Formats: sequence, C-alpha cells, structure tokens
Amino acid sequence: MGSFANFRQLDYLGLDDQFSEDELMVRDAVRSWVTERYLPIAMEHFENGTFPMELVPELAELGVFGPTTPVEYGGAGLNSVAYGLICQELERGDSGLRSFVSVQGSLVMWPIFAYGSEEQKRRWLPQLASGKVIGCFGLTEPDFGSNPGGMLTTAVKKGDEWVLNGRKMWITNGTCSQVSVVWARTSEGIRGFLVETGTPGFSAPEQKHKFSLRASITSELVLQDVVVKDSARLPGGIGLKAPLGCLTQARYGIAWGGLGAAFACFDEALQYSKQRIVFDKPLAGFQIPQKKLADMATQITMAQLLALRVGRLKDEGKYTPSHVSMAKRNNVAMALDVARVCRDMLGANGISLEYQVGRHLCNLESVITYEGTHDIHTLAIGQEVTGLPAYR
Amino acid sequence: MKIIACVKRVPTTEAQVKIGADGASIDGAGLESMLSFYDDLAIEEAVRSREKHGGEVTVLTLGPSDCSKELREALAKGADKATILLDPSWAARDARSTAKALAAKIQELGADVVFCGRVATDRDQASVGTLLSSYLGFACVTDVVKLELTPTGGTAQRETEAGIETVSFPVPVVITCDKGLNEPRFAGLKGIMAAKKKTIDEVAPLAVENAVVVQKIELPAARKAGRIVGEGAGAVPALMEALRNEAKVL
Repeated sequence: MGSFANFRQLDYLGLDDQFSEDELMVRDAVRSWVTERYLPIAMEHFENGTFPMELVPELAELGVFGPTTPVEYGGAGLNSVAYGLICQELERGDSGLRSFVSVQGSLVMWPIFAYGSEEQKRRWLPQLASGKVIGCFGLTEPDFGSNPGGMLTTAVKKGDEWVLNGRKMWITNGTCSQVSVVWARTSEGIRGFLVETGTPGFSAPEQKHKFSLRASITSELVLQDVVVKDSARLPGGIGLKAPLGCLTQARYGIAWGGLGAAFACFDEALQYSKQRIVFDKPLAGFQIPQKKLADMATQITMAQLLALRVGRLKDEGKYTPSHVSMAKRNNVAMALDVARVCRDMLGANGISLEYQVGRHLCNLESVITYEGTHDIHTLAIGQEVTGLPAYR
Repeated sequence: MKIIACVKRVPTTEAQVKIGADGASIDGAGLESMLSFYDDLAIEEAVRSREKHGGEVTVLTLGPSDCSKELREALAKGADKATILLDPSWAARDARSTAKALAAKIQELGADVVFCGRVATDRDQASVGTLLSSYLGFACVTDVVKLELTPTGGTAQRETEAGIETVSFPVPVVITCDKGLNEPRFAGLKGIMAAKKKTIDEVAPLAVENAVVVQKIELPAARKAGRIVGEGAGAVPALMEALRNEAKVL
C-alpha cells in the first residue's frame, strides 16, 4: 500500500524559508486536504476513469478555484507563488485534480477577469469560484494543437448574435461544464465567447480509452450552428494573443504541478527503498539506488528554484511567457523522468496502482504534451535566446 | 456570546520524540508541531457556536512565541482573535499552573463558554479543562460528543462506559470536547488571507509554581521482534503453547 499519509516533502536546500507564513499555510491547507480527502480515492477514480465530482463543493470551500481572483469577484486574492503552491499540492494528489483546478481558474476565470465585461465578471466569477458552475476552455482542434492560429472554428455575426460552427478536441471538463470559453475565427480575428453548454447545437461527448489523466474528464466540443448573443463575446480579447495569455497562466501553474508529482514519486521511492530489504539490507543502501535518489533530489531542487523565481517575477510583474516556457518545459520533463526512475525503483510493485508512481507516470505523459508541448516550449526558449523564431 | 477556545501545541503524530539532556523533558529541537487533535474540535465547536449565536471567539494558549503558527490556523478557521500567554518554559508547567494562568486570563477577558480539548495528545493528563472550571467557578461538562447550546445554557451528551448520558448546564461553562462532537473544517484559503488581518496578542502569564515536577522520562522499551511459529492449522498447538507460556496472555 502506498505511504502517502506519511508524506515528507523533499526540501534539500531549506527553501521553506523563502516562503511567507501565509504562503506556507496555503500550501499546508491544500496538502492536508489532498492527503485526507483525495488520496484515499485517487486509485479508484483512476481505475474507473472518473473524476470525483462530489469533491467539487469541498474544493470550492477550500478556495482553490481562481484563488488569485480579487475577493470582490469571489476569489481569495492570493499571490502567484501561493497559487503555484496550490497547484503543486493538487498535483501531488493527481495531475487530473490539478488539471480540473487549472482549467477552472487559469483558463476560464482568468480570461473572464482579464477580457470580460464588468457584467460578465459579476455574473460568472462568483459562480465559478464557488464551484456552482464548472467551466472549460475550447482552443485546441483535431488538426490544430501546437498551431492554434490555424483553427477552423468560426463565429459569424448576424445582427446582435453570433453563429458558431466547429470542433474542439482534448478539452478538460468539457462534458461536466455549464459554460465553455470557445475561441473562434471571426472577420475581426480570433475572439472568445462564453457559450452556455445547454445552448442548442452544442454537445460535448467524452473522450474515453485514455491511459493517462484517467481521473479527469476529457471531451470533444461540437458546435453546430450554435447561436449566442453579442453579450457572450469577451470584449477585451482579440487575436491569438488572447487565448495564449490564458495558457501562460495555466502553464505557470503546471510548472509547480510538476514539482508536486515529482515530490510524491520521490518520497514514495525513498520510503520504499529504505524499507525494502534486498540481499539482507535496505535497497537504499546500495550504490545504484543512491545515485538515482541523488540525481532526483538534485533535479527536483533545481526545479523548485526555477518555479520559485518565476513565481516571484510574476508577482513583481516582471515575468514573460518565455520564463513560463522554461519552467513548464523543465519541470514537467523533470517530473516525468523522476516518475519513470521511481517506477523502476519500486520493482514489480511500481506497476501496481496501490502505489502512486505508475499513476503519476501515466498522467505526466499528458502533461508533457498539453499546454504547449515540450518541443514547442523548446522553440519558445530558443527564440528568446537567439531572437530567431524557428516554428516554421 | 463570549467564547474562548483553549488550545495546546503538541508534537505531530508522526514525530519521533527524543528525551532532552536533563532526562526529564522532551527535546524540542527539530520537533514538528501541530494543534492537539481534541483542541481542533474545541476550535470548531467555538466557531460553530459563534456562527449560531453571534459574539466573538478568542483562542487562548500558553506556550512559546512561535506557536503563533498554530494560532494562525485557528484564526484561519474562523476564530476572531488569539492570545499567547508567553512562557519559554511552558512545556515544564504542570496542569495546575497552566490552568491557573489560563483562568486568570479568562477572568480578565470574560467568557460565557470555554471550550477545551478532552485531553492534550502529548502529556495525556486530561486535567486542564476540569481544573479551569474549578478555578473559574464555572459549570463543567467533560468528554462531550453532542452539544445544544443556548445563550443561557444548554444540553450535552457524554459517552460513558454505561451508555450515553445527557446533561443540562447553565452558562458560564467549561466544555471539554471529545471525538465525534464535530468534524473540524479545513482552513480555507480565504480564511488564511482573512487571518492575516487578525491580531495575536502576546502577554506574560500569571506566575505559578509547579506543584507536580517531572523527575524523569523514559521511552517505552523497544518491542521485541515477532516470531512465526509455523503455517496453517498444524501450527495451532505451537501458537497456543507460545501464547500460554511465552507471552503468558492465555
């Protein structure tokens, strides 16, 4: 049986000193909730391919939906470092849990806050923060992932209304949402629309048979002559930079999330290797396991420093999307490497869902691809250091 | 309604306790701390009572300055303010001197209801709540698992060996909280942010000499390793023999 109840987070360089008292309280509050309420049911939901919707009111009560949103719109007004720590702790539970919260906060609440009208903010943000409404974000299409600017979904203005047609793929929470932020091509460029999912012509069939993010709902969005009022259009965002701005928020959280998954795997492998006796002594007492643990401790610690620095830059208003690219790219790849090594260290037990490492390993195969693939972030960093875009 | 929750910092459940150099105290270095389990029930019941009847919840502790960490958590869960009776040698205080110091502060603050945990999970004495009621001259109901509070009194249920006992009481009262009374809430993120604006006072406690002084602490002897006497039904006689003559439990 996994040892998550006795989780001890690696803190090799004493980085807890770098967080404020309230940042640590936020982290510890989410950590306790994940340990007590989520982890006992994680395996079951992963196996069944379901998300524990019954926990949504508790997540809302905890305050993790859009926690950086100002208090007047139903948020907690937290800083970005605290938000990062929340993502870290949620992903220590499962990437699917963190994905749910990333989508609700960074991809639905954030664009409404950043690009929405005052009326849209007042209507939607408190309901989303309280979990009474679940949202999803429709950008990716079947043939347009890394190149979203090529999207085929259209919105055509007819009087005071817009008619939307198209398909979106790999949409987290699509099937369980009441509102969808849909990005569509218009005569004035790419624009965002708040489409209520009960609108005629809108459907969101679930995408099944995943081996990754199983405890998370993934959907296709189908829009067939979906008519919305002009008041559903996000007035403040135009062009591809509008949805990419949302993704920068979510990717920032994912950089911290990768740390959470890595902490979980590392701790499990460390505890396991200290207890597991092979050839009459603990596995951890042999040189090859120690090299693995030393390498992972170093990689995790460097990733912590990266996330923390980008977080502080974000709170100081000095961060750029290319900073976030480096953090997301490095930390998710690090987490995937750590999960693979830890899976190996647990031997045959590593393939059992009674332990966490296999679940994290499978999940991270999605996380390295979504929200900007590892390779696309490589090109973002490449462009930043050379000044030469190499996407085409 | 003026409500006070008395709480104590204790080592975490997972903490590996080491004995101090004097052989009569716990070595606090590197020891992670938390609110005593039953005190969390006291905070929850205090906040629920305030939510129902209005008023104010003060969390009171006797301890070191850095137990503000535990008090911040109580404030994040909804308490209005907190006071530390600052005593560097708090851990050496006996229950009587702790209760006298708490009682003096409660008298100064005024209280209708004082909630305490049934017992602190470190020293395991279950004494402070009852002593407190005696020094304050308040009614006292211990080990409460269900509570109906009104502005003038209330009824409470206690689990005893013989069954469930229901009692009535007037205010002011000291209630000690037992497992089952409530399910403590998590500190929500909004609560944590709100707690930043709440005050934690630090004041000197009443000086009281200890009547009971710890002379020595010894860790329990390490458990002997288990022994497998055999497998299947054929091993039953050997097991009976070992239980009878070796473990001497039959």
